Amino acid sequence: MSVPFLVFFACAFLSVLGAVLLLVSWEPIHSALSLILVMMSLAVLYLLLGAEFIAAVQIIVYAGAIMVLFVFVIMLLNAGNEERTDWSKIAKVVGLPMAFFLLLLIARGLSRSVIGATIANGVGARSNAGVSTRDLSTALFRQYLFPFEATSILILIALLGAWILARKDD
Amino acid sequence: MEFITQHPVLVVSLVKIAVLLFIVMTALAYLTWFERKVVARIQSRWGPYYVGAHGLLQPLADGLKFLFKEDMTPPTSDKFTYTIAPFLALALALTAIALIPFGPPSVQILGQPVFMISNLDIGLLFLFAITSIGVYGVALAGWSSNSKYPLLGGLRSSAQMISYEVSLTLSVVGVLLIAGTLNFNDIISGQSGYYLHFIPRWHVIPQLVGFLCYITAAIAETNRIPFDLPEAETELVAGFHTEYSSFKFAMFFMAEYANMITVSCLATILFFGGWLSPFPDSWTGQVFLPGAGLVLLGMYCAWDTIINMRGIAQLQFAVVTMLCLVGGSICLMPWVRPVIQGPFWFTTKVIAFLFFYVWTRGTLPRFRYDQLMDFGWKLLLPVSLANLVVTSFVLVVPYLRHG
Repeated sequence: MSVPFLVFFACAFLSVLGAVLLLVSWEPIHSALSLILVMMSLAVLYLLLGAEFIAAVQIIVYAGAIMVLFVFVIMLLNAGNEERTDWSKIAKVVGLPMAFFLLLLIARGLSRSVIGATIANGVGARSNAGVSTRDLSTALFRQYLFPFEATSILILIALLGAWILARKDD
Repeated sequence: MEFITQHPVLVVSLVKIAVLLFIVMTALAYLTWFERKVVARIQSRWGPYYVGAHGLLQPLADGLKFLFKEDMTPPTSDKFTYTIAPFLALALALTAIALIPFGPPSVQILGQPVFMISNLDIGLLFLFAITSIGVYGVALAGWSSNSKYPLLGGLRSSAQMISYEVSLTLSVVGVLLIAGTLNFNDIISGQSGYYLHFIPRWHVIPQLVGFLCYITAAIAETNRIPFDLPEAETELVAGFHTEYSSFKFAMFFMAEYANMITVSCLATILFFGGWLSPFPDSWTGQVFLPGAGLVLLGMYCAWDTIINMRGIAQLQFAVVTMLCLVGGSICLMPWVRPVIQGPFWFTTKVIAFLFFYVWTRGTLPRFRYDQLMDFGWKLLLPVSLANLVVTSFVLVVPYLRHG
């Protein structure tokens, strides 16, 4: 067992734990905190794969921006505990086995795919063997310039749409 | 011994972390003393004076007081969140300092650079990642206290930190465009050299607008006067930490001061050449400056001890005098002189920034909340965006001309 593998299993455990806590906790803020835990452990997993830039961006964008807004809105609305209905019967009888089946399917697919093998071999790779920020920006702004810009325009349109929907009529 | 030679990175890093933690904790304690003394001078008072000579033992007394006070948790609070919030705030604030290079990487022990804990390729990005989650400490403290004023303070501070973080990050991008790297050491090395043989090539000269945006956003980001609305005592009692007592309260305080140190270090690195000396290399006498400065300080202390001090204070100040004189003589030794240069200039610049912080606190009134938001979104953000556009345009022009 090398150190990277131990870190990998610790973070994998934490991310699954966070995901479960997110679902079962009653307090909205606790759910948000659990989601932050998931994001942070994912960032560490990216670091283990040698993707420094993606790890930092993961923390900045998800943990630092999106989740802060979540927490902010929950605080602003001062949301109380969530109210739960009883589990519907169909969810119990069909939903749970289906979810389990889906998980098995994903696990099987991953274990056979190239991506799965690459990820498994990549854990513990030296970080300097990974993609540098410079390589990433070269790829984004040369090779994939058009899709990159198209995506940013799409996001801009979404922003403007949200603004138009939210503004008061006068 | 064998272990040390086999794992130089691990051992040296642990020693560096321990030493840096000790230094930073002491610096945090004495930063409160520094602030109180400077604000007192601005307001024509003496400041702390009775505990130790010139109040030099006041931070120690404050720390002990915090330790022995009763640690109360409000019964209606959310216990878990209430407890982790101060830890989160302090831990994140201290982690950020691990990324700062205090001296050139050429000074090494066992092949490891002495004056920095980590030398990341994405140093700046990682620093922003850590500061961007720093808001949770404040927000969660405000929410978990389950009381009016902390909640309002927490909300205000989250809103403020989100708003000003945008300008803070954008104001720095101009420097990144010029430097072409996210690594702190490379950013600093890129600022060596001189305009007209005597003006240092620091980024503050081409990026003056960016620097002004940065320093404004940085003061807002650390919740200091004139942007200290999260803890405006006339409106919100003490803001997000109203319900906190004892050492948990002290942890928020330490986190705030640690954040001050971090943003000052970042300003020094990005705009003022980090550990580079402001004087041209041709002046060889500058290697004596740190030692000479300390010896002069020691001589002033000696004069003060003999003329002004009486009783126990005289004894205490004699110790300070001895420390200054001995430290100064060590800095004057031939093999210490070149090593101490980098950290000396770095700390001098950081202390100048901290003084600036305290100075603004002593002189400026607090903003109103709507003024704060208007200033952040309608002035600071457009100006830093314009700075970014102009900088990138200027950098691209040579390429356009030559195709």
